Amino acid sequence: MDCRKNKDCLKPKENGRLKAKQYGRREFLKGAAKAAALGGATMLSGCGTGLLGSNDEFSLRWKEYFKKNYRLMTPAEKDETVRRLERLAKIRTDADIQMSAKAPIEGVLFGYAFNVTRCEGYMECVAACVKENNLDRKSNTQYIRIFEMEHGEMSPEVGDGKYFHEVPVEDHFYMGVQCYHCQNAPCTKACPVKATWKEPDGIVVVDYDWCIGCRYCIAACPYYGRRFNWNEPQVPLEEMTKKQHYLGNRMRHKGQMEKCTFCVQRSREGRLPACVEACPTGARVFGNLLDPKSEIRFVLKHKKVFRFKEELGTDPKFWYFID
Amino acid sequence: MTKSFSKDLTAFIKDTLWWNLSGGLGYQLYLCFLAALMVLGIYAYFIQINIGLAATNLSNIVSWGFYIANFTFLVGVAAAAVMIILPSYIYKDKDLHKVVIIGEMVAIGALVMCILFVFVDMGGPAKAWHLIPGIGIFNWPTSLLTWDIIVLNGYLALNLLVPTYILFCHYHNRKPDEKKYRPFVFISIFWAFGIHLVTAFLYQGLPARPFWNNPLMGPRFLASAFAAGPALIIVLLGIIDTVTTFKIESQIFNKLRRIIVVAAIINLIMLFSEIFKEFYLPTHHSLPAIYLYFGLDGHNSLVPWIWTAIGMNVTATLTLAFNPGKNNPKVLFPACILLFLGIWIEKGMGLIVPGLVPSPMGEVVSYAPTWVEIAITLGVLALGVFIVTMLLKPALIIEQRFESRNTAAVG
Repeated sequence: MDCRKNKDCLKPKENGRLKAKQYGRREFLKGAAKAAALGGATMLSGCGTGLLGSNDEFSLRWKEYFKKNYRLMTPAEKDETVRRLERLAKIRTDADIQMSAKAPIEGVLFGYAFNVTRCEGYMECVAACVKENNLDRKSNTQYIRIFEMEHGEMSPEVGDGKYFHEVPVEDHFYMGVQCYHCQNAPCTKACPVKATWKEPDGIVVVDYDWCIGCRYCIAACPYYGRRFNWNEPQVPLEEMTKKQHYLGNRMRHKGQMEKCTFCVQRSREGRLPACVEACPTGARVFGNLLDPKSEIRFVLKHKKVFRFKEELGTDPKFWYFID
Repeated sequence: MTKSFSKDLTAFIKDTLWWNLSGGLGYQLYLCFLAALMVLGIYAYFIQINIGLAATNLSNIVSWGFYIANFTFLVGVAAAAVMIILPSYIYKDKDLHKVVIIGEMVAIGALVMCILFVFVDMGGPAKAWHLIPGIGIFNWPTSLLTWDIIVLNGYLALNLLVPTYILFCHYHNRKPDEKKYRPFVFISIFWAFGIHLVTAFLYQGLPARPFWNNPLMGPRFLASAFAAGPALIIVLLGIIDTVTTFKIESQIFNKLRRIIVVAAIINLIMLFSEIFKEFYLPTHHSLPAIYLYFGLDGHNSLVPWIWTAIGMNVTATLTLAFNPGKNNPKVLFPACILLFLGIWIEKGMGLIVPGLVPSPMGEVVSYAPTWVEIAITLGVLALGVFIVTMLLKPALIIEQRFESRNTAAVG
């Protein structure tokens, strides 16, 4: 569901799309005067390449640079930034994206389970994730990793995460790892600017534009769950997923942290994350932990489950199980 | 009152600037050399801004590297000033009091370098304002990084405040009012321990990294800092003694040497304790130590470095402890340089990289800085040396003038 159809966004005066059309010369000059005082700060913010582009783009970028942390924005402000980002994408790359700022649904806490017996290491999940979440093709960023394991061991730490051959290999099994969306997430505690946090529906998200890129969260994460944009991410326009979420698969920039969001742009609309949908063996289970009739609750009740590095007390919402 | 104060201030600033810029050919060449390194650093930083941190050899596994290694080490250098401040202000040690200003100036230079190393490591430097309380969000007290920002900037302020006040008074041939600055001296002593403990806690507080998650880290940071910092100051005093008219008495070297010996021996004992724990019954959590000391899966780029560092530490500690040259500069200075470099390697790259390797998923990689990282680091170091020079040159002139005027008055 698009945010524009949301109740929050139905205030005509606050509608960003209308407002965006009014960014004229006066607005630009106002912005330019402020810019003179600040010098190259916006240039350094690392958005896009080349000169400042059109007046319209400059004004949009100016407002983007000074926007607040996502959590402090009113629904109207969230709507405005989402519209600005849509317009910026149109101006810069001629991409027609639809961005949402959909809030978590009440009474939902997402959980994930991974069937170690079923996974055969095809990595369809990885490909689907890269496509869905607009991950950088240049540095080959991937949120999910599959480890090929020999029998007799049960920790990805000793598996092979870089295998490149026909699967499944006899006498081997496969374990997928990604962000575990810990209840006690060490990464959110580490962040000096509260640019990463756990949403009420259990998803650990990053406000990309608020992140200062210090990478303390990477150091704090015991699961290799976070990815940094070392270079400006590149996604060919024809491959880009246009249906985006502010906290999810919208385009990131260099110097920002990102991570798996349980496909927030899908899961908050009642759809399954791309990895779950793509899995050809049905090894991935996703659902609402607060719904007693959900598949994830069935797994937790009827299967023997375990979690990775349980001794760290991070309380991941990601379980492994064996058929 | 205010008018005369502003007059006093302009004279003070004018003279300090003049003293800094004037000097012989050697001095001018030295400044040019530092400026050249800084320009190189700025050039490399522009490259890094343009292409992102991909200009470094950092990755999602080794996410902190050369910059943060240097930051960590230099926090120790900054904290070490307390080893001179403490005896000179609290125990009224007259000899050390004469060089206390030098310790404080070194601390200022080191702190500026620390802050810059963190800044150049940031992915979004233009968004640094997100850290400023009020307009941004400062995640205090939850994030240890915010604690570090407070203690580093606070210590910088304290070290600017007290010496500037004393120098300003001495410049105008007035006796500084001890009641005014003494409280700040006391705060700065506790603060010095604070900056190093907090920086250690930054690492120590992460259960995700078994190599860092070690309660000995904080105390060991202090011990190594109290060895490396005064070692640097001994060398600096030696340089000042030879190139300026400000003469350093030999008992000062001896006192500093004793401080270093105590700290260096405690440091080695703690190192031994750590090594014992890692290798007596090695666990999965010992893999970073194995990676550091012996290499893992063919990745052994740190091995020669760490053994060199340990060799330097042990040799220097023994030399300083037995003092075979009886404080002869030809033995004392090389030993101090050896100790300083040894701790730099060990507490820099030898601490940061093994904290991150093997990765949480068990992957082992090698890391070495790119030329961009090295150039930026050289630029930051040059700036630090430049700042210390700019602070020390007028400070020593003022101190000398004040002293000669006062002894003349007494005589």
